[in-house]
Amino acid sequence: MRIIVCIKQVPDTIEVKIDPETRRIVREGVKGVLNPFDAYAVEEAVRVKERFGGEATAVTMGPQQAEQVLRDAIAVGIDRGVLLTDRKFVGSDTLATSYALSRAVKKLEPFDLVICGFETLDGSTGQVGPELATHLGLPCIPYVSKILSVDNGRIECRRLLEDHYETLSCPLPAVITVIKEINEPRIPSLRGLLKAKKAEIAVWSAQDVAADERRIGHEGSPTWVVDIWKPVISKEGRVVKGDAEETAEELFRQLKTMGVV
Amino acid sequence: MGLAIDREKCTLCGVCVEVCPFSALTNTGDRIEVSEACTLCGQCVKECPEKAISIEEKPQAPAADSAQYRGIWFFAEQRKGALIPATLELLSAALSMKQTLGEEVCGVLFGHQADGLADDLIKRGCEKVYLVDHPSLAEFQDEAYACILTHLVRKYKPGIVLASATMVGRAFIPSVACQLGTGLTADCTGVSIDPETKLLVQTRPTFGGNLMARILCRAHRPQMATVRPKMCDPAPVLPDGKGTVIREEYSSFPVCVSMTSVRRESLEQTVDLQSAEIIVSGGRGLGDGKNFDLLREFADLIGAAVGASRAAVDSGWIAYPHQVGQTGRTVKPKIYIACGISGAIQHLAGMQTSDYIIAINKDPDAPIFKVANLGIVGDIFEILPALMKKIRSAKGG
Repeated sequence: MRIIVCIKQVPDTIEVKIDPETRRIVREGVKGVLNPFDAYAVEEAVRVKERFGGEATAVTMGPQQAEQVLRDAIAVGIDRGVLLTDRKFVGSDTLATSYALSRAVKKLEPFDLVICGFETLDGSTGQVGPELATHLGLPCIPYVSKILSVDNGRIECRRLLEDHYETLSCPLPAVITVIKEINEPRIPSLRGLLKAKKAEIAVWSAQDVAADERRIGHEGSPTWVVDIWKPVISKEGRVVKGDAEETAEELFRQLKTMGVV
Repeated sequence: MGLAIDREKCTLCGVCVEVCPFSALTNTGDRIEVSEACTLCGQCVKECPEKAISIEEKPQAPAADSAQYRGIWFFAEQRKGALIPATLELLSAALSMKQTLGEEVCGVLFGHQADGLADDLIKRGCEKVYLVDHPSLAEFQDEAYACILTHLVRKYKPGIVLASATMVGRAFIPSVACQLGTGLTADCTGVSIDPETKLLVQTRPTFGGNLMARILCRAHRPQMATVRPKMCDPAPVLPDGKGTVIREEYSSFPVCVSMTSVRRESLEQTVDLQSAEIIVSGGRGLGDGKNFDLLREFADLIGAAVGASRAAVDSGWIAYPHQVGQTGRTVKPKIYIACGISGAIQHLAGMQTSDYIIAINKDPDAPIFKVANLGIVGDIFEILPALMKKIRSAKGG
């Protein structure tokens, strides 16, 4: 099995602070970490490798410092890391990002399985996995909660939709996106950390992956962010204290007003 | 192309570095450097006190035939032979955009023996329904849905294509947008038409709802978005709803299916958090998995679904499909009752837009109270039984 796992570095918190004086959004001092959903993708790649043999490569697109998430992946058992970085990627939306990633994945051919986290903590679009599959002309199974088997050039997965689980089978190579239920990511071992520290990360530019410059970055992005602001979530809340009888009565009255009881 | 910083004007004050939501800017001491993390969101442009930053807009020429793309399309998602409520909300959003845009509203419906659903859409003001009726479309099939919608868009050239941001919509719409080479904005909480430019204005939360972004697709057609359920009321039946159903033959599409559905296992009713009107959610304060029985009992009594915080799921007290929050489901019920949930930011991200939030927690300083309409400081193990007693006696009487 040759596995590719696509990962992203995201801010370690989704908390957005506003400077009380300037009313500006403050993002300074936010650390970059491996996107939580991608930790499940990395772990699953390692588990598939352990079950069926083979090797796993992690790919990320981002600035130079994003190489840290590749080292995080290597520390838990991924064999090598590829950093796709180029100023030409600046301003890429999901279409341009998935295209750029598809070029890197192409360069890593042959492969059997591409695993992505279902979405990222920051953008939460969930689009890059399915769009990557489309660029590659491969089937995509989103929201995988369990890989049931990999056999005879096919994969069988269970995925979670709103009101049911569906078991799907499809030929390899394929792309899957995984949800939290799939596994519990392991903690890196000391040996893993050492290996990660010493690992050589391949650094590829747009040209290295033969990416069409009109399809990446701002130019290759059909969608443009024209404004960003912090929403005001105002609840005219009231807080009630008292013994169980009083508070239960308060709740009962509220539920009654709302027609629940 | 990209972010341009006028070094003559720049005083290296560092405001741009501070405000960048993506930490893409660094002050090296003699200049501001822009990294690849920049998404050109324009936050720094807006905040720079010296007006030293601008976005070099490369001329993205409108598609030569963009004027040919007309009409507001929505994907009419059905489940088990019934339109989902989100479909009727989309129709309602499309009809209100028609007021500004003046173009026709068309539904795209895939299913089996779905004529009744097409008629229902028309009664509610949809002017055209493109119906593809075939046994293999009775339930969601990723590849067939993507292939057929892509081909219909190529054939009829709508200016706008909307779908619900359900798991189905978010699974196959990206493939459609990608095949068409156009933009797609995920999980919008608002869609409208700019009265001047007639462009589709897409508003969506980012950073778990802690930031909002406004997004345009200027030069590519169609403009595509998935829209979060429950953002507007469903379109009502009109006294004079008239329209046409256009049947498209399944066999006329080059559907190539490589994925086979082996089986489907329904989740118990109480887990369908997205459609639930009321959700009762439990967190660490429950103390033990078996205490979820109390929550289930309460939920049963008031006809609610059962949710949970990450802490409760990670402790193995309840299965993952119940999880609400950043790494679980995003929900927007009419009433959300948080029991013993402290309200970590990652949980708030999944429920803070609920219409009415009730929080019961022992800790008066719990952050959940900041988003609650009604906060109760107290012990759930005393309050819930007392409340249930009242509800039962009210029902009995």
